[in-house]
Amino acid sequence: MKTALISALAIMTAAPALAERGADGDLRVLYWQAASVLNPYLSTSAKDVEPASLVLEPLAIVAADGSYQTVLAEEIPSIENGGIAADYSAVTWRLKPGLTWSDGSPVTAEDVKFTADYCMAPGFGCAVLAEFEGISKVEVIDDLTVRLSFDQPRFQPLQAFLGQRTPILQKAQFQDCLGAAGASCSAQNFGPIGTGPFRVTQFNPGDVVQFDANPNYRDAAKPAFARVTIKGGGDAMAAARAVLETGEVDFAWNLQLPPEAIAQMESAGKGQVYTAFGTMVERIELNQTDPSADLPAEERATSAHPHPFLSDPAVRKALSMAIDRPIIAELAYGPAGQPTCTITPTPQEYVTDDDSCLTQDIAGAKALLDQAGWVPGGDGVREKDGVRLQVLFQTSVNSVRQDVQSLVKQWWSEIGVATDLKTVEGSSFFGGDPENPDSLARFLADVQMYTDAYYQPDPASFLNEFTCASIPRPDTQWQGSNSPRFCDPVYDERMDLLHQTAASADRQQFAREMVAMITTEGHVMLPLIHRGMVLARANSLQGTAPNGWEGSLWNIADWSRAK
Amino acid sequence: MTETDRQRALNTAELIDETAAAAPVTSELPPEDPVQSGAPPRSQWRDIWRQFRSHRGAMIALILFVSILLFVSVGPLIWTVDPTYVDIRARNSGFTPAHPFGTDQLGRDILARLMAGGRVSIAVGLTAMLIAIFLGSLIGVLSGYFRRLDAPLMRLTELFLALPLLPLLLLMVTLFREPLSQSFGPAMGIFILIVSAIGATSWMQSARIVRGDVLGLKEREFILAAKSIGTPPTRMILRHVLPNVLSPIMVAATLGIATAIITESALSFLGLGFPPDFPTWGRLLFDAVDQMVLYPSRVILPGIFISMTVLCVNYIGDGLRDAMDPRIRGR
Repeated sequence: MKTALISALAIMTAAPALAERGADGDLRVLYWQAASVLNPYLSTSAKDVEPASLVLEPLAIVAADGSYQTVLAEEIPSIENGGIAADYSAVTWRLKPGLTWSDGSPVTAEDVKFTADYCMAPGFGCAVLAEFEGISKVEVIDDLTVRLSFDQPRFQPLQAFLGQRTPILQKAQFQDCLGAAGASCSAQNFGPIGTGPFRVTQFNPGDVVQFDANPNYRDAAKPAFARVTIKGGGDAMAAARAVLETGEVDFAWNLQLPPEAIAQMESAGKGQVYTAFGTMVERIELNQTDPSADLPAEERATSAHPHPFLSDPAVRKALSMAIDRPIIAELAYGPAGQPTCTITPTPQEYVTDDDSCLTQDIAGAKALLDQAGWVPGGDGVREKDGVRLQVLFQTSVNSVRQDVQSLVKQWWSEIGVATDLKTVEGSSFFGGDPENPDSLARFLADVQMYTDAYYQPDPASFLNEFTCASIPRPDTQWQGSNSPRFCDPVYDERMDLLHQTAASADRQQFAREMVAMITTEGHVMLPLIHRGMVLARANSLQGTAPNGWEGSLWNIADWSRAK
Repeated sequence: MTETDRQRALNTAELIDETAAAAPVTSELPPEDPVQSGAPPRSQWRDIWRQFRSHRGAMIALILFVSILLFVSVGPLIWTVDPTYVDIRARNSGFTPAHPFGTDQLGRDILARLMAGGRVSIAVGLTAMLIAIFLGSLIGVLSGYFRRLDAPLMRLTELFLALPLLPLLLLMVTLFREPLSQSFGPAMGIFILIVSAIGATSWMQSARIVRGDVLGLKEREFILAAKSIGTPPTRMILRHVLPNVLSPIMVAATLGIATAIITESALSFLGLGFPPDFPTWGRLLFDAVDQMVLYPSRVILPGIFISMTVLCVNYIGDGLRDAMDPRIRGR
């Protein structure tokens, strides 16, 4: 009822008044992690990329539904319009005519070519170099047209300059910053000239960024706000309070807080919480190799020693059946998460239909284990041939994750699986040091839980992370994305097939089958929660829209103040 | 001489020492043999206990501390709810007969968690304090008493003071968590790790205080006298120096318990402490901070227990110091 009333009000007030640039005054935004640089090529963390997105724009972005939306490009390249070469070996982008930088100079294809060269320059250490991988040549066809050629056909050719992590830089401003000089160009990195709705007026790294409206923005009626202040510092709780309870700030970002605390603050009536769902999925991974400490250090958690019981499909399935995912979502995540059975939750075309995992089935799990020969021992823990179902469950330090650990431990104890919990400090758990025994890639535990995500609507490169070749092992210095050490020749064949397939329906079909092999059929990964980015906005702020693919400020040009 | 005789003689010597300036020399010294004097023999510990009982604050604190100890040790035998049992239907419950102190966000009983948590917290606090005090007094006395050891030991103390605590703990956890868990089980292993980590990083203050006191004490007449009759260093330290620096050690010890409990909770918060299904008072407190506004009792209850324990230990230490100081005793 209340939300209906609010949306009715929103529709009434949203009736298009005669918009005028800068008519709505100041916008105050709170990012409790402060920006340290305004150049996405130096840092991919959201706290830096999102403030930079007010100034720097890519050729196109991904819309909330996973489709592409043009920004600086005239149209999205495709086979039909000739933008993508028939053999998938090149992409041709055309810029919109008449675009200007905020200093008044024209935007040309030279800027696009320069940006690609800038990122790929040796000695620079580009943060998003992976997006430019395989680009062999960048040619300027004419003032508005640029062609990216690949060293081999790519069936997912739109990657560079798609999304706010790879925006276009101005050649005139950055041309002295090529290569190793890139990181030290502070004037450029702290105050880039862009095409976006705003331009930087003041930037104190680690504290505050101030913007004013770009007088040369391509839409004469936008942006509605004359000035934007993005303030950093504090924590999520204080940020939520500033928007929802005191109303000092119009917008706050990344509010992962206990559901009850958010609901209570929202009831103050000053603002609302909404969630942008991208591809983040919290999952439990079951180690397919034996992490036992009795093995020599170099052989622990390697494919040479299969796991004593998690290699049994019945055990894995029973562990999945015992988990009540809707309860986890309700108790620990609230608005920030929904229960899920897949690791590719969006776009809809890639979601598998099987959502049987959403129903908890303790009795079924017990029956399954009985059938497979795992019978309860004296202390209630199941065993077979002297192997006890006792797992070590590790995750990073985070109060939400610790709550989930306790819940899962209890459910597993009900089906006769004993669980020891372990928490690891975040930087250690997610760190890549090969000597670190606590990292998620090293995986010296039976079970671990964390969140992973990817940035392209097509999950091919994400699914490529689970091939046999990506298993962390001694000769890769324990680097590799396949931390559960899942290895199935059939999966690898499908992966090769996917890399050679162009038709989107076929690609989706293959991707769904591969996801099912890992999750709903193989149960090597147990997806738990489809997580979103929780954002808060003041009631007077309108035009905000969730988009899980891009930053929270992706459509700030459309934001305005309700009268 | 028997132990009692020596005690008597020393007491006499001290009495003379204290009264020498004020009172004229008297021939009425106490008899050589106390048994012949007809008075019943008095034990030193009984004296201390008598003096301690007259300190009202310390007595109240002692009673409270014993009740806290009983609460955490005997309590779980009476209130047999499992502190880690998750009862989703009863989550966020208020004070009800089924859950006298309510439940947390997962429906775990707070009363049971307070008992289980207190056991760990008090054990950590006491053990870490004992380690820290032992190390601190040892190094303080050695460096104060033996001039040759003074400089190296004090530089060592400064080295430890300058060490950043958290990176050191991170390193210790990374290196020793697994071997210790394997030899002593996950809970005992991490207990040993935490207790020694806290103990090994908090002895420096007491070492410096003790050293200062010992340096001052060394110049006093009774020490010179004892030295002149050829008392060996070990006996000097145990018999004359240590009893006289007991009061600063006591104060450092009581404060140390409080620091240890708080440090343990900070460690749990960073994930370097006990596993999450192992409640401690500090963890209970930190877990509840996010919901402080909605459920204040979850913060207040463990907070009260922590501060009560710390306060009680402080008062007991205060009383003990008074009781053990021969200059105050009997006034």
